[in-house]
Amino acid sequence: MKEFEILGNKDTRSGFGEGLAELGRTNENVVALCADLTGSLKMDAFLKENPERFFQVGIAEANMMSLAAGMTIGGKIPYTGTFANFSTGRVYDQIRQSIAYSQKNVKICASHAGLTLGEDGATHQILEDIGMMKMLPNMTVIVPADFNQTKQATIAIAEHNGPVYLRFGRPVMPIFVKPDAKFEIGKADVLTEGTDVTIIACGHLVWKSIEAAKELEAEGISVELINMHTIKPLDIQAILKSVQKTKCVVTAEEHMMNGGLGDSVAQVLAQNYLAPQEYVAVNDSFGESGTPMELMTKYGIDTADVVKAAKKAIARKNA
Amino acid sequence: MENLELEKIASQVRRDILRMVSEVNSGHPGGSLGCADFLTLLYFEVMNHDPKAFTMDGKNEDLFFLSNGHISPVWYSVLARAGYFPVADLGTFRKLSSKLQGHPSTDKKLPGIRMASGSLGQGLSVAIGAALTKKINGDNSLVYCLHGDGELQEGQIWEAAMYASANKVDNVIATIDYNGRQIDGDVETVLSLGNLGQKWQAFGWEVLEMNGHHMQEMKNTVAKAQLLCGNGKPVVIIMKTEMGQGVDFMMGSHKWHGVAPNPEQLANALGQLEETLGDY
Repeated sequence: MKEFEILGNKDTRSGFGEGLAELGRTNENVVALCADLTGSLKMDAFLKENPERFFQVGIAEANMMSLAAGMTIGGKIPYTGTFANFSTGRVYDQIRQSIAYSQKNVKICASHAGLTLGEDGATHQILEDIGMMKMLPNMTVIVPADFNQTKQATIAIAEHNGPVYLRFGRPVMPIFVKPDAKFEIGKADVLTEGTDVTIIACGHLVWKSIEAAKELEAEGISVELINMHTIKPLDIQAILKSVQKTKCVVTAEEHMMNGGLGDSVAQVLAQNYLAPQEYVAVNDSFGESGTPMELMTKYGIDTADVVKAAKKAIARKNA
Repeated sequence: MENLELEKIASQVRRDILRMVSEVNSGHPGGSLGCADFLTLLYFEVMNHDPKAFTMDGKNEDLFFLSNGHISPVWYSVLARAGYFPVADLGTFRKLSSKLQGHPSTDKKLPGIRMASGSLGQGLSVAIGAALTKKINGDNSLVYCLHGDGELQEGQIWEAAMYASANKVDNVIATIDYNGRQIDGDVETVLSLGNLGQKWQAFGWEVLEMNGHHMQEMKNTVAKAQLLCGNGKPVVIIMKTEMGQGVDFMMGSHKWHGVAPNPEQLANALGQLEETLGDY
C-alpha cells in the first residue's frame, strides 16, 4: 500500500483560520462574522488584518446567520464562525429560510464538530449536523480531512456561489494532504486503490481509516480508501466505480449513523448497485466528557472499528 | 406625490389584496390592509428604487425587507402597481408554480424580493446585514424593513436590536405594524409587549411614532426618520394601524388575520373601496 507521509500535526480549525486569513488578502468581498469564539475558530489573523471586514456579533447566533444572509445583498461573501452545534441545530430555521431557501452566498464554518470536541461533553458534541445540513436544498456540505485540506476547502468555497456548510474540528491530527493539492468540491480523493473492500471516510475518520488500511494490508487485505470530503453533492461515480470493483463498503465518520455520510452512500448503493455496507459511526447516542481519543474508542469510531467493519463487510460479501 | 393620489393607489392596493386572497380562499388580508397606506407611501414616494431594472444587489438603491412575510398580498400588490412585474400576475397568488408564493420567496425570481420571509423574527437581522454591506460599499442608500408587533415576541428581534445600536448601524429604518392583534387574539392578551417605545429606547434606538393611515403624518415622520439616519443610531417607527383598515367588518378584531372573505363578503368589501387604477 501507498505510504502516507505525515507532514505535521495540526487541528483542522487552524486550517480554516489560515484559509480565511489568505482570503482576507486575496478576496475583498470576503467578510467574517463570529459569535464570541474568535480564538477557538482561529479567526484572529483575519480580524487583525481586516478589522473593517470582521463582525463580532456576540453570543447571538440566530442574529449572526440572518445578518450574514443580508450581507450577501450587495455582493459580500460572509463566513460565519462558531461551534458546529451553534452553527446548525441552534439556528436551523435561520439557515433554512434566509440562507438555503433564499439561495444566499453564505459560508457556514463550523468548528468543534463531533465527539472530538472532548471534555465539554454532549451539550457541545453535535453528531447530527451533517444530516441537518445535507437535507437542505441548495446546501453544499464539506467535511475536510486534515489541516491542509481544510485550508484548501476554505479558500475554494469562496469561488462557489451558494450556501456551504464547512465542518471541521478541534483536536490535533496528522496532516497528510499535500499543501499544494487542489480542492475540488464534489470530487472525491481516492487515496489508495484496492480490490477487497472500499472504505469511504470523511473528516477525522480519514486518518483513522488510513491507519486501518495499513493494518488490513498487513493482513493481506487490499483496501480502496476514498476521502469523501464533500458529502453533498456526493461523488456518486467515485462510489460506484469503486464498489463495483470491491463489492463491499465501509463508511466511516464522526457523526450519528442516522443521516450522515453512511446513509448518503447507502442511498447510492440502494438505487444503483447492491453491496454489503458496514457503518463506522455513532449509533443513536449522545457523547460525554473525555479526551477526544478516548471518546473515539468508546463510541466505536476508532481505527480498530474500521478494521473490524472492513472484515465484516468482506465476510458478508463472501457469505 | 399628492396625498390624495397616494390614497387612491392604496385603495386599489386594498382591492387587489381582497381579490387575491378571496380567489384562493387563503392568505392574510387583515395585516395586509393595515399596511397598505405605508407600503404605498414607501414605494411611490419615499424610496429611491428602480422597478424596471431590479437587481438582487440593489446597489445605490434603497432596500425594503418584509419581515412579517404573511402580509405578502400587500407587498405583491404594491410591487406590481409600482412596476416590478405585470399586475396580471397578482391573479396567480398562491397558485401552483406561481412566483407569488404564499410567503415571499426568491427562488421563483419575483422581481422586488430579495429574501424569503414568513418564519418570523429574522428580517431585522437581514436588514441590518444589508445595511452593513451598504456601509462597506460606501453606498449611502437606506434600508427599510417592516415587522409585525406580534413578531416582536421573537427573541431574535432583540438580538438584532442590540447589535444595531451597539455597532451604530444608522442606515436602517425599521417600522413596526402596531395593530395590537395576532392570530390568537390581542397582543396585550397573548403576550404583552409592555412599553414598546421604552423597550426600543432602552435598546439604543431612535423611536418615532405615527398613524399608519394618515399620509401627511407618515410623510413627515419618515422624513424625520431619514434625517435621524447617519447619526450613530438606528431608527424605529412605531406605526399605529388598524388590522383590516378600509373594510368595516374586518376592523376591530383579530379574526381577519388569516381568513379570506367569501364571495359575498368580497363584494361587500369591494363596495367600500374605490377602483382607481383598474382591477387586475
